[in-house]
Amino acid sequence: MSSPCPSGLSPSAIIAREPTSLEQEIKEIRRSGSNRDLNSASEFEMSDIFYFARRGVESIMDDEVTKRFSAEELQSWNLLTRSNYNFHYISLRLTVLWGLGLLIRYGFLLPLRVTLAFTGVGLLVFLTSIVGLLPNGRVKNYLSEKVHLMCYRICVRALTAIITYHDSENKPKNGGICVANHTSPIDVIILASDGCYAMVGQIHGGLMGVIQRSMVKACPHIWFERSEVKDRHLVAKRLSDHAEDKSKLPILIFPEGTCINNTSVMMFKKGSFEIEAKVYPVAIKYDPRFGDAFWNSSKYGMVSYLLRMMSSWAIVCSVWYLPPMFREEGEDAVQFANRVKAAIARQGGLVDLLWDGGLKRGKVKDTFKEEQQKLYSKILVGSPSWNVPMGGRTLFLLFG
Amino acid sequence: MGSRASTLLREEEIEEIKKETGFSHSQITRLYSRFSSLDKGENGTLSREDFQRIPELAINPLGDRIINAFFPESEDQVNFRGFMRTLAHFRPIEDNEKNKDHTASEPLNSRTNKLLFAFRLYDLDRDDKISRDELLQVLRMMVGVNISDEQLGSIADRTIQEADQNGDSSISFNEFIKVLEKVDVEQKMSIRFLH
Repeated sequence: MSSPCPSGLSPSAIIAREPTSLEQEIKEIRRSGSNRDLNSASEFEMSDIFYFARRGVESIMDDEVTKRFSAEELQSWNLLTRSNYNFHYISLRLTVLWGLGLLIRYGFLLPLRVTLAFTGVGLLVFLTSIVGLLPNGRVKNYLSEKVHLMCYRICVRALTAIITYHDSENKPKNGGICVANHTSPIDVIILASDGCYAMVGQIHGGLMGVIQRSMVKACPHIWFERSEVKDRHLVAKRLSDHAEDKSKLPILIFPEGTCINNTSVMMFKKGSFEIEAKVYPVAIKYDPRFGDAFWNSSKYGMVSYLLRMMSSWAIVCSVWYLPPMFREEGEDAVQFANRVKAAIARQGGLVDLLWDGGLKRGKVKDTFKEEQQKLYSKILVGSPSWNVPMGGRTLFLLFG
Repeated sequence: MGSRASTLLREEEIEEIKKETGFSHSQITRLYSRFSSLDKGENGTLSREDFQRIPELAINPLGDRIINAFFPESEDQVNFRGFMRTLAHFRPIEDNEKNKDHTASEPLNSRTNKLLFAFRLYDLDRDDKISRDELLQVLRMMVGVNISDEQLGSIADRTIQEADQNGDSSISFNEFIKVLEKVDVEQKMSIRFLH
């Protein structure tokens, strides 16, 4: 099975990391230092520690995970102060350009966009409520579709999002599940302005809640109460019920569960892949030169994030609709999820990682450390049938 | 507009760090970027929690020992200078440094200092000796629950027996150097930079 591997180096890598396994490296260290025949009882050597020390310090200098939760570093500056990490005065001309840009963005573009945004959201709430008054039927569905599309398109203008859709013949159809990589809440607007989806999510209070409640009047979305979110069976049941009904719109899900900074795709939660339905993968890639779309929710609230979006130059992105995928015979949900993830990563030019997006906020599980310890123990005391378990392979992918 | 509260690195500081550690200008600025991104509290120092937040380090069996190497006696915070000083141990030895005689101060990335870094990973109480107990504890960290106490004990005994020359049942730094004299320390304890 050709498993995806973080191939090559990302452009911002500081250090060279060789993809060798624990066993290989320790044997090499020992080979250079020992007079003994390597095939004899390979016991402990004091030099074994070099392997762990070097790996540890390598991860301190540069690791694959923590940098996914902050905005991507740009190769050259795009005249937005927020993207400038080592601000130093470069030249008068550049500063003047930046000043001009500031004027245009905040004096002209921002007010225009905010007005459009208010219009779009207001119309969405108002019109969906009206459509909701109609009896269920073809007319209602038709109008609901038109209303949703129109309002989302206004919102797209409000962000000046320039979107290129590829392979629209693969657009998700009724009864399917659409999965995409997640960078920001704007992903929803981008996809929903090109097609109609049933949204899935937790019901919020405040303005968000108002929008959600009126949207569901016009066509069935799947909103969960906060308490229901934890109940995985309930979630799965509601999703499959929806997917079985062919008259209902395709479900839109972001299996990463959190926003990632659009340089990589992180672990997909298997819940959405356990349902019997066609999966339509979608890859979304933003062009960071015009504005960074990543929502760093630990740094910025929703409102300040949206304001930043609306005061960037533009949001430029590409959307690829990938051909639908089915879960194959003998494939479990996790393997299926990884297969879909690999396809999305490949299309979008993103690094495919096995790490969980939940590491943004939570600690890593101890099982990974235990696997390392198990591997090393095998080297010390040997093992009659020494074949690499699945865990070892996973580790290779994590460290290779 | 997003505010970056990190204090910028002054040119004089970069020069001082360059002299002390041997890193190049661009390597220092890149590592400063890295230091700042790890510094969640934005107060110019890193705590142990900041290191533990790196998943790849958290799953390293000796992660805590490595983190400890950054913190001198009884301190809980490390600043950028200290950070660089410890990282300097892993700088590759350049050709023009190889044949230098012992000058006034040995570079941080010399073979001896690399070995000292590894020695200190074993030496838990920093008394410049690796006792049987300390060796056992570090071994236990590396193997987890997969090897019995007896087996681990005999591994420790054998290791000390081989290395110990003055009969004090513990390994001093010189004995440590002797055991590892044939190992290619320069290559195995070095991290290559791309720029």
